[in-house]
Amino acid sequence: MNNSAKRTLKYLSFAVFGMFFFSFALVPLYDVFCEVTGLNGKISQSEEGISYESNTGRDLTIQFVSHNAEQMPWVFKPSEKIMKVKTGKYSNATFFVKNNTDKPMTARAVPSVAPSNANEYLKKLECFCFEEQFLAPGEEALLPVRFIFDSNMPESINNVALSYTIFDITNYNDMEMAHHDGR
Amino acid sequence: MSSVIESHHDDHHHGPAKGLMRWLLTTNHKDIGTLYLWFSFAMFLIGGAMAMVIRAELFQPGMQIVEPEFYNQMLTLHGLIMVFGAVMPAFVGLANWLVPMMVGAPDMALPRLNNLSFWLLPFAFGILLSSLFMEGGAPNFGWTFYAPLSTTYAPPSVTFFIFSVHIMGASSIMGSINVIVTIMNMRAPGMDLMKMPLFVWSWLITAYLLIAVMPVLAGAVTMMLMDIHFGTSFFNAAGGGDPVLFQHIFWFFGHPEVYIMILPAFGIVSHIIETFSRKQLFGYSSMVWAMLSIAILSFVVWAHHMFTVGMPLAAELFFMWATMLIAVPTGVKVFNWVATMFKGSITYETPMLFAISFVVLFTIGGFSGLMLSIVPADFQYHDTYFVVAHFHYVLVPGSIFSIMAAVYYWIPKWTGNMYDERMGRLHFWLSFVGVNVTFFPQHWIGLAGMPRRYPDYALQFADWNMVSTAGAFLFGASQILFLFIVLKTVMGGKKATPQVWEGARGLEWSVESPAPYHTFSTPPKVN
Repeated sequence: MNNSAKRTLKYLSFAVFGMFFFSFALVPLYDVFCEVTGLNGKISQSEEGISYESNTGRDLTIQFVSHNAEQMPWVFKPSEKIMKVKTGKYSNATFFVKNNTDKPMTARAVPSVAPSNANEYLKKLECFCFEEQFLAPGEEALLPVRFIFDSNMPESINNVALSYTIFDITNYNDMEMAHHDGR
Repeated sequence: MSSVIESHHDDHHHGPAKGLMRWLLTTNHKDIGTLYLWFSFAMFLIGGAMAMVIRAELFQPGMQIVEPEFYNQMLTLHGLIMVFGAVMPAFVGLANWLVPMMVGAPDMALPRLNNLSFWLLPFAFGILLSSLFMEGGAPNFGWTFYAPLSTTYAPPSVTFFIFSVHIMGASSIMGSINVIVTIMNMRAPGMDLMKMPLFVWSWLITAYLLIAVMPVLAGAVTMMLMDIHFGTSFFNAAGGGDPVLFQHIFWFFGHPEVYIMILPAFGIVSHIIETFSRKQLFGYSSMVWAMLSIAILSFVVWAHHMFTVGMPLAAELFFMWATMLIAVPTGVKVFNWVATMFKGSITYETPMLFAISFVVLFTIGGFSGLMLSIVPADFQYHDTYFVVAHFHYVLVPGSIFSIMAAVYYWIPKWTGNMYDERMGRLHFWLSFVGVNVTFFPQHWIGLAGMPRRYPDYALQFADWNMVSTAGAFLFGASQILFLFIVLKTVMGGKKATPQVWEGARGLEWSVESPAPYHTFSTPPKVN
């Protein structure tokens, strides 16, 4: 094999390894992309640039939706299904959860917003979805979410659905669950 | 083919070794090409048998023959085996046989790597097929293996599936490295890039695509493996991951993969149409530029496979327009083929029949692809039989027909014998009718709303499904005829001249038929 063939071989091998690592780089890139575009409920938690003119705020209907991931036995539902809010003004809502099993369990709620272009105008100051939730057997709780919609939100958006899916992550770091129990 | 090659072993300094070890240890590009082609043909028959199970179950509404769980396994393995086991190795086999002869090189640049990349394949597919006999059955999540179906809800055999994808990916990557190093460094003096035969060009571009995306596929299955066994959450929403991320990574691999399966076909068909039209190919350089632009565009259209996951409007519009843009270079190629035939003195031997029907039927598949690229229309067509009809039109009378055309076109060069022209034409017509009867009605039942991937369907789809199944069995049976024709040609037949076809040009036609075991030990002169 001559030298130029060796050179070709070398840069092709670099390309192969480069692309393999690029596939892993796609994971953070995807997160960044979702955050910039506000997709998948990956909203920014900063209040920067938000417009608070509560006097000029307009009416907005918020629907709260709760889902249980498959085989998640907890009771999980919004205290109010529909709420009237004003843009540019803080609002509070709560979700009721109850661990109705006889085992202590940990859960995580994953948020989503529809329509997705409402996302960039929504800021959550406090949300149970920011952290894991632990409940002892039979324990119940009211989980808060405190949010505000920017008053610059386009007029075309009058209804926003805030949806949460609750997952059982009790055994999450446990290898056994990762295998089969998690089904 | 051994008998044929052995009869020439005194032509050069040494011939092939005897017996089984010849095939195990060979580093000869012709031997390895033969191995690849036979392997892909075996996989074609196995994947085809699975397609017959699927079509037999769909012959009538209701569950007749197999359990739904087994149906899902057949569906998954049929897709995986046809894509990775039949179409891709067949093209690699053709590249092995033809690229060195077409560029005037004595062999591939890395002969031992070549041996390794072939011999990985039987192991990869042995592992994949063995999962059929495991507890919980074979993979059942479709060839696109979307998470979490392929992670949280997968059968235990998914780990074997991941391992086999890793091995077949390694094989493809090594094969492509070999092709690129050969083409870039071993061309005969005087053969500039823009003088290379189009099949060589098509494979150079394909090999770059493979090197760019096979590692991404390896990354995707590695992430699956870590999610399943090591507690990570790349695709698990509970742990902060996202299943949609899987689809993005998969299709970032998957769309270039689609062109990996069609670009070599473009090269093959260009040669055949040129030969049997007895004219020089119309628009050589535009053909090269068209393939290059198709390859580059293939990296920016992946999300058209997932319009319905909930993307921002701007992204949907971008992917729609980028997808539609691909129709331009593809159209250039189709017009060039037609212009090559225009006023040519055409004869209709079997390779030409397959090549012409490639142009017509691939164009139909291309047009249904254009329909699918329209975002609002795709919301209607998504995951229906219209999609099934579309990708089978570009893969069966597209890629597979081009492979068959290539076999008929070059088999006289490989074996020294002419195939039986009458039987070849019979094979063509049976396949042509079979493929259209199978897949054309699927456009209609898809538009009428029949979803893909289900073992059962609503009654109003019964008639066309019955027709489709009849066509599938006709197509399947005619491939047995193909096997017979190939075997008969290997054993004997009318002796072929070196040029074989009156209009054939190119270095591979300058050596005798069958091609000696070693060709171009000294580089030929190219003018």
